[in-house]
Amino acid sequence: MENAPILVVMAPFIGAYLIPLLGLWWERYCYWVAAAATGLSVLFSLTLVGSVLAQGTIYYTVGGWEPPWGIELVVDPLSAFMCLVVSLVSLLAGAYSRSYIKKELPEGKATSYYTMMLLLTGGLLGVSVTGDLFNLFVMTEIFSVAAYALVPMMGRKGSFLASYRYLILASIGTSLLLLGTGYLYMVTGTLNMADLAARLPVAYAYHPWVVLAALAFFLVAFGVKSALFPLHAWLPDVYTVAPAPVAVLSTLVTKVGAYSLIRVLFSVFGMPLITGAIPVAPALSWMAAAAILAGSVVALQQSDIMRMLAYSSVAHIGYVMLGIGLAVQLGLTGGILHILSHALAKGCLFLCAGAVMYRAGIRRIDDFRGLGYRMPLTMAAFTLAAASIAGIPPTVGFMSKFYLALGAMETGSWVLVAVIVAGSLLTALVYLRVILLMYFGAREGPQLKEEPPLGMLVPIVTLALACAVLGIFVRVPLSLVGPGVRVLLGM
Amino acid sequence: MSDLVIPGNVPYFISVALLLIGLYAMVARRNLIKKIMGLNILSTSVFLFLIAVADKRGGAPPITVPGVDLYVNPLPHTLVLTGIVVALALTSFALVLVIKIYQEHGTLDADRLMKL
Repeated sequence: MENAPILVVMAPFIGAYLIPLLGLWWERYCYWVAAAATGLSVLFSLTLVGSVLAQGTIYYTVGGWEPPWGIELVVDPLSAFMCLVVSLVSLLAGAYSRSYIKKELPEGKATSYYTMMLLLTGGLLGVSVTGDLFNLFVMTEIFSVAAYALVPMMGRKGSFLASYRYLILASIGTSLLLLGTGYLYMVTGTLNMADLAARLPVAYAYHPWVVLAALAFFLVAFGVKSALFPLHAWLPDVYTVAPAPVAVLSTLVTKVGAYSLIRVLFSVFGMPLITGAIPVAPALSWMAAAAILAGSVVALQQSDIMRMLAYSSVAHIGYVMLGIGLAVQLGLTGGILHILSHALAKGCLFLCAGAVMYRAGIRRIDDFRGLGYRMPLTMAAFTLAAASIAGIPPTVGFMSKFYLALGAMETGSWVLVAVIVAGSLLTALVYLRVILLMYFGAREGPQLKEEPPLGMLVPIVTLALACAVLGIFVRVPLSLVGPGVRVLLGM
Repeated sequence: MSDLVIPGNVPYFISVALLLIGLYAMVARRNLIKKIMGLNILSTSVFLFLIAVADKRGGAPPITVPGVDLYVNPLPHTLVLTGIVVALALTSFALVLVIKIYQEHGTLDADRLMKL
């Protein structure tokens, strides 16, 4: 499968072109095309993982144009890891959508919903595999536009306004991304990431201000995309009004934003520049620490479950960014592992919250009273995912925070260790409030068992079990993250 | 500072001015449509910058002609072309959103919408 790097991106895109045609006559088959396309992406991601582990980084030239003129796709262990996380979580969110959108979406929206979903997935995968800075911008725009369009799908009150605010903020970010790309092109004459990495140290010696400005633009661009505090203003409203599977995909969007930042910082600018000449890494750690504390504290005050999960996401993006900011092997491992653990756990929590809305029509946290007996399986999954997000062993969330703490200790910044621990405690408080209400709140009314349909229950339970199983067998994700980090740090 | 002000640098100054005007419109104007105009001014400033990067004094259009060996750089032009397509998609979608917002709330004033 030498073409797997491009096929993993093209499978969802081709699906996205087929669905609008198909939807004209047979709307009910759109789901199967979407499922097949995402399923193919999962298969190609697995092939990529296999070949990356066997033979190291894969280089693929698109259309036979040799780099640095043509677009090059570079799949190193980290890219393969991102592909697998993105395609698997999208597949589960897509499977969940089938029953969910029948009830929650207005009539006749299924075609556009699945089209946008595939475009979003394809864009995210495209960012993960690209080795070209301009291609990164194009893919970012593709998944962003799809995300703006998916947010108001349910037509909830205020959803168009939330989408508009997201569009305005995020497009300032993407415009600056293009400008930053232009700046780097001006001083190096190339857009290929590997080529840029080789030429930037010289360019920095001659034009330090241009390179600095480009770095600042990239930081703002990916900061907005990944909702890094204080650039997170779009996120709470978007998560509150979006359909639950779209909220899951939005967590992937923030993760891929963080991934792009990792790519640009480590594979383009390189360690010597970002820790020595331009101390952006320490600055990033302190912003991340602020995100962790502020996000958790605000999450504690929310009364709406989706809003609470949204602010908790702001805090957990902080953990990923902290790993990037530490810029040491253990810390970066923790940060990247947290991409996986947060995608699984927050995905599961959003799907659970969606299922509760679907069955019981509840979104206020106070109404969760006694829900643990009405929807036992869903709420058990919620508890497991919450345990992972709070970092309780043996879940994967514990492992990622453990590595982060080790990394912070290695750099000797004890304040950051304290922030990691305090953030975990605050997160535990946030979720404990819900869990206590679910299981120990007074029960009212008739106690029927109301699990969501099987199509929704299976993704929920899969994600929850993955949180626990991958925590126990943490070697499995680490076999990919470990080499990925070594490639990034040039070891 | 004075060595910065040469004729070749004028496009860059205009680009920075447009960038700031665009950002100001997006942040400070209250009308949602004016914010979209700001977004367009912002992206135009980026395009102007890229085209200015591509330009060479006395360069011919990048189509190979015998006897000409100084061409402007065609690569930034392709970037701008892609960027224009992206900006078009964003603008049209944003305008659709504005129509929907007006139908739902009956106003396009950002301050009033925030109070709802």
